[in-house]
Amino acid sequence: MSEVKYSKEHEWLKLDGEIATIGITQHATEMLGDIVFVELPDLGSNVEKDGNAGVVESTKAASDVYTPISGEVVENNQSIVDDPAKINTDPENEAWFFKLKVKDKSELDSLMNKEEYEKFSKESAS
Amino acid sequence: MNKKKTALNSLHRKYGAKLVSFAGYEMPIQYTKGIIEEHKSTRENAGIFDVSHMGQLFIKGDGSLAKDLEKIFPTDLSNAKLNQSKYSFLMNEEAGIYDDLIITKVKDGFNIVLNAACKDTDFKILSKLLDNKYQMILSEELSLIAIQGPKAFMILEKVIKGVSNLKFMNGGSFNYLNENIYITRSGYTGEDGFEISIKNDKAEMFVQKLIDEGASLIGLGARDTLRLEAGLCLYGHDMDINKSPVEANLEWAISKNRIIEGGFIGFEKIKSQIEKGVNKVRVGIKPEGKIIAREKTSIFSEDNKNIGEITSGTFGPSVKAPVAMGYVENSFSKIDTKVFLEVRGKKYPASISNLPFYKKSYVKGASK
Repeated sequence: MSEVKYSKEHEWLKLDGEIATIGITQHATEMLGDIVFVELPDLGSNVEKDGNAGVVESTKAASDVYTPISGEVVENNQSIVDDPAKINTDPENEAWFFKLKVKDKSELDSLMNKEEYEKFSKESAS
Repeated sequence: MNKKKTALNSLHRKYGAKLVSFAGYEMPIQYTKGIIEEHKSTRENAGIFDVSHMGQLFIKGDGSLAKDLEKIFPTDLSNAKLNQSKYSFLMNEEAGIYDDLIITKVKDGFNIVLNAACKDTDFKILSKLLDNKYQMILSEELSLIAIQGPKAFMILEKVIKGVSNLKFMNGGSFNYLNENIYITRSGYTGEDGFEISIKNDKAEMFVQKLIDEGASLIGLGARDTLRLEAGLCLYGHDMDINKSPVEANLEWAISKNRIIEGGFIGFEKIKSQIEKGVNKVRVGIKPEGKIIAREKTSIFSEDNKNIGEITSGTFGPSVKAPVAMGYVENSFSKIDTKVFLEVRGKKYPASISNLPFYKKSYVKGASK
């Protein structure tokens, strides 16, 4: 499995062969607060890089989830739909959002590595 | 714009508050544990709320003051007992609500607690209506602290002897560190609790004492989920200048004898609305499943007619489900009427619900 990549919209992505697993970052959950609702993209649907791919809602507000790359949704994580609080406790492992069959791996080039993302999220927080 | 700070600002920071701008003040939206934990600790234990941004207005006067205030408010104030609090409204001629407020009869007049965003306008309106006949002070020297929850009376009693004898919607003067402070048994969470009016320079020490005795600080986020579960209106959302108390389903707050007598601003409109009914009325709305319908969500009937709009909606941590309030056409306001809520372009089923969503199960042996 390759290294984890990050988007400016605070999503993370892990690539395994043709399949990318995508979720939202710890930093994103800290900004959102307690998550109480999640909507995931439909199985078999095609999502476009930086396009809408679901919604998370905290007690305070609703926020869109974006996909950092394009592809076909081959799996979505029903366990976070049933228990959205999981997203707050383990956002970067167990509480992944969906898996994509990647359309164009070169789209990953524009994403950040862990170090770059940490710097980015620190700056955007201040 | 420069944000105003309450006397508890540094205490909020000390306890890890996430601070936001609210009605011109820098206020805590939540602390480190988050909204859901704060909500639950208020329902199960005791929560402390800094509501110092709200207005504390003192109007001093003798016998004629109650009569003059009755020309403004739809509330029986002439017969109010000393230290009795009443929920009321400041309205325009069309019975549109400028503000909802709590009026308490005190020895030398009346205390009125006003919403933060409305207090300066309220002051101007009231000064004009009372024609500067009475001394009016909108205090800058006092903080307002609420403690709410089933253990609130026990914790507060440890700090201030005698408070647990107060009856609901009643107040009294108490001694704290040789300072005279005024406390009412009231609140806005659906829980038993108190509101304490205390000098700014004593506020931090007082709140720290409540924390040491086992209560925890609660932010505006949980205050919103608590009041919504309790079916209580938030001014500027569930009521405003375009809605009357009758439309807001708050007719109970208008004193019976005042509806007969009249003589207050907005009376004609209120009377006609009570007699002829209203077109739209505030209701509770319970979405099916987990979908959350926020403010401005459109409400549809089963035959797809737009019948209203959500004014507040969130996830209710104690009812463990989404809850909302909104206005619907009167013919759709019956409990259990099936409606649809349009969220992100899709329609989701919901039903008109009784308020409150959360009903207090009082602990036996708790103070009356």
